[in-house]
Amino acid sequence: MANNPIDQFRITEIVPIEVGGLNLSFTNSALFMVVTTALVATFLILSTGGRGLVPSRWQSLAEMSYEFVANTLRSSAGNEGMRFFPLVFSLFMFVLFANLIGMFPYFFTVTSHIIVTFMLSLLVIGTVTVYGFAKHGTKFLHLFAPSGVPPIMYLLVTPIEVISFLSRPVSLSVRLFANMLAGHITLKVFAGFVVSLIAADGLGAIGPIMAILPLLMTIAITALEFLVSFLQAYVFTVLTCMYLNDALHPSH
Amino acid sequence: MSPDESGQESEKRALREAELSERKNRLVQSLEERSPEAQQRKGENSSGAGQGFAQAMKLSTEFVAGVVVGAGLGWLIDRGLGTSPWGLIIFLLLGFCAGVLNVLRSAGVVAEPHDRTRDGGS
Repeated sequence: MANNPIDQFRITEIVPIEVGGLNLSFTNSALFMVVTTALVATFLILSTGGRGLVPSRWQSLAEMSYEFVANTLRSSAGNEGMRFFPLVFSLFMFVLFANLIGMFPYFFTVTSHIIVTFMLSLLVIGTVTVYGFAKHGTKFLHLFAPSGVPPIMYLLVTPIEVISFLSRPVSLSVRLFANMLAGHITLKVFAGFVVSLIAADGLGAIGPIMAILPLLMTIAITALEFLVSFLQAYVFTVLTCMYLNDALHPSH
Repeated sequence: MSPDESGQESEKRALREAELSERKNRLVQSLEERSPEAQQRKGENSSGAGQGFAQAMKLSTEFVAGVVVGAGLGWLIDRGLGTSPWGLIIFLLLGFCAGVLNVLRSAGVVAEPHDRTRDGGS
């Protein structure tokens, strides 16, 4: 494998497909998305198959993930927010599994590509906008016109609020993508140091001994990356819940 | 076993139980005293490398997103209406404001645009 730390993000075509001049090939990114979805589905179907009153280990894992997402959703969007539970739970499981699968060596990290995370956050914002307008009609626009502001200030405040609203999907996707990208590059760079130090001529016996330092760093960063994988999935979920709350209650 | 002895025994047991419950109360109290402290310590710990990095990432993306979206919007308006460069200039500035607002909001300094019914913002 190449030493280039960016190489791990290269998209390769597995099954080239071209429809009407569009490149719709089945890539390694698509493959890992399918793997992620299949893994989530398998995990949930198998672990909830038993339905024991006293849950088995796998079942309690599935119940824990349900409780976790449900509590997050309830605490930020209220009980009405539970109608979005399927969406939020799917997003959380997809992002979490995609992040964790990316931690395996030689595996592709789906969430390290901004287009993937951007589409996920567009889905969230699209849901918020469509549902907000469907439920509240023009009242949804109160989101952009906070009460208690002198009328003349709306000229300035409303564009700012609109930009702030539109910047949500951008910041949501950039955050997830940047965390995964930066983490994996750091990991690869430090792991590369180990190899270069051992292989370096002229250092003699000192090289392999010095290689222990970046190796320790690699281990520490791996642990940190597992934490970041979970944390970013959680942050994505929490922000999704907060935006959905806006759709449910645009004005007090 | 004489009744006298058993009476002594039950008295002893009552004494032991009282002692036990007192000790339990003391434990609960000290646990309560310790829990916020422990939480605070935990918070300090996690506000080390990982958490600080996450916070920095969060705030910077909020700000950059505001500016980028503002500029993009201005550019689109210019393209559509042919008002170049005024749309870009004005919306870049508005985007800057929106970015600052985003940062302040996600840092919890400024309230959300409306009163949240459940959760006090981020």
